[in-house]
Amino acid sequence: MEIKDIIKPENKVYGKSPLLTDAVMHYCPGCTHGVVHKIIAEVIEEMGIQDKTIGISPVGCAVLAYNYIDIDWEQSAHGRAPALATATKRLNPDKYVFTYQGDGDLASIGCGEVMHACNRGENIVIIFINNAIYGMTGGQMAPTTLLGQVTATTPYGRRADLNGYPMKITEIVAQLEGTCYVTRQSAQNPAAVRKAKKAIRKAFENSMMNKGTSFVEIVGTCNSGWKLTPVKANKWMEENMFPFYQLGDIKDR
Amino acid sequence: MAVKGAIVVDIEKCKGCSVCIANCPTNTIALSHEVNGKGFNFAIMANPDNCTGCTNCATVCPDAVITVYRVKI
Amino acid sequence: MAEKILMKGNEAIAYGAIRCGCDGYFGYPITPQSEVMETLMMEKPWETTGMVVLQAESETSSINMLYGGACTGKKVMTSSSSPGISLMCEGLTYLAGAELPCLVVNVMRGGPGLGTIQPSQSDYFQCVKGGGHGDYHMIVLAPASAQDMYDFVDEAFNLAFKYRIPAMILSDGVIGQMMEKVEMRPMKPRRTNEELLAECGSWALTGRTPDRKRNLITSLALEPHVMEAHNNKLQAKYREIEANEVRYSTYKAEDAEHLIVAYGSVYRICESVVDMAREKGIKVGIIRPITLYPYPEKELDALIPQMKSILTVEMSAGQMVEDVRRIAAGRVPVNFYGRYGGSIPSPEEILEALENYIK
Repeated sequence: MEIKDIIKPENKVYGKSPLLTDAVMHYCPGCTHGVVHKIIAEVIEEMGIQDKTIGISPVGCAVLAYNYIDIDWEQSAHGRAPALATATKRLNPDKYVFTYQGDGDLASIGCGEVMHACNRGENIVIIFINNAIYGMTGGQMAPTTLLGQVTATTPYGRRADLNGYPMKITEIVAQLEGTCYVTRQSAQNPAAVRKAKKAIRKAFENSMMNKGTSFVEIVGTCNSGWKLTPVKANKWMEENMFPFYQLGDIKDR
Repeated sequence: MAVKGAIVVDIEKCKGCSVCIANCPTNTIALSHEVNGKGFNFAIMANPDNCTGCTNCATVCPDAVITVYRVKI
Repeated sequence: MAEKILMKGNEAIAYGAIRCGCDGYFGYPITPQSEVMETLMMEKPWETTGMVVLQAESETSSINMLYGGACTGKKVMTSSSSPGISLMCEGLTYLAGAELPCLVVNVMRGGPGLGTIQPSQSDYFQCVKGGGHGDYHMIVLAPASAQDMYDFVDEAFNLAFKYRIPAMILSDGVIGQMMEKVEMRPMKPRRTNEELLAECGSWALTGRTPDRKRNLITSLALEPHVMEAHNNKLQAKYREIEANEVRYSTYKAEDAEHLIVAYGSVYRICESVVDMAREKGIKVGIIRPITLYPYPEKELDALIPQMKSILTVEMSAGQMVEDVRRIAAGRVPVNFYGRYGGSIPSPEEILEALENYIK
């Protein structure tokens, strides 16, 4: 059978979601953000909630997330997305409201906002991308940077006595009564992507059930910041990030 | 029942990150020798006969540039 | 005859909000304005009008909740006092940059720093000139009575939505805490979804439906020419506001030879100063800016030729006086009398200062 006989509309089994815009993503080659954007778009498409979803983009690499998913978006000040989401959802309870935040945005400057939104049990979805580094500003230490990890502001490796310890923010929010679903996922291979997508779908569904906050961490790569190729970065993540940031559901009720 | 697959890559949007290559179970994909308008080598079906249309490549593609087709034969 | 109820200025803010169709209040306790949220919580408007009232974890969060609510076209407000407003300045510049309507009430207290819980007017620079980073303004209304507190809530929302701009009620601890009779205006219902769509549908986040492109609220523009164009748009809006939305009043200014410039609670004190001075044969009048931004520039300018002197009185070390001097442009002496750090000037000491300046 010739290739041209296979490449026919009726044989299509996977393609770009119509909810992804045609804009070329500004992310570096191999960046996890692209994969997560894609599965969020697929979840919104499959649930048929394009007209009911409001996304909130952070400050950081994902600030321009609004260019890529074809829904209404608000762009937050650094770390404040959960405060925006709180009011957006309370004033529009019929909407699916999600924040999309990196580790600097959520776990450092926005630590207060995320804690209290989760503690109030806001019926929102928080997507937390943890790549253990500040990407947009050029690879500085994040709260989640591993001990020993080299960054632009820990050029000799992160030291606990100088820089403190890497922060498991996801385990912390799981302690809060207001959260109903807290999980840590990844997106480096097909099985992981499918699991992450399922988690995001569940989180979106929860937000209409008045159960509280759903928090989905995705451990990802920043190959530019880590100074590795995309494929090597995925391997480094599996070997170094996963032992500390263990994958799986932390809370589900 | 055997299946046969094929992929179409949006060449101008591909950044050549190679994550698809690493996740292809049948060694179908490789990077092109030529470059696209942005200067990236891009993903191509180097061994089209191998493709089963499993969608692994498209699932992990960060830029959603791969469309997958499959037929039962 | 409309109902008149004795209440604090801060309580008037709360009733003004519930009764003008406000959709949401988000705040954090701080003296001397905590009665605003306390009154709202006591009244439970979520059971009557559907208004959301939420105590946030900080002023930083409160102002960002306003951003999140305003993005969807809702009428949202907060209230705070000076140190809290400092924390809100980040959010205010984002709201201004993203052209979002909202209302912020500042019941000023003395600073700097943690300062005092006593009244002050020392946030004029911060609130009238911007406060946060970037070239922006808010519409700033200065109430002088509990009735003003009530009425300005509706007025500020109207202006905020007319121009898609944050509006502020710049009050102080005197107005917030004093009790006066307030006339309750007729109840205005909250806007329906249809009314909101008609008014704000072109920009508000109401859900991306097939009949329109996605709406986006952002203050980001990485390319300088885009950011400059956005700034030009903002500046054009500010010129329009300056041309159309000035509010002010005068007291015995027609035949005055000396002019007092004062706003808010100090204006009230200066009315007594004028009456006392006139009994002594000194022809004094007042101009009271009701909008501090836009400032009544032309109106003040028009009064200057007849004046022998101007006295600006503030509960600050001299902030608004800089604008008065700029407008007077050397044509007439502009004197200043101020008390600050929580002290309130008496009519007698203001009169004494006036007499010393003009003798």
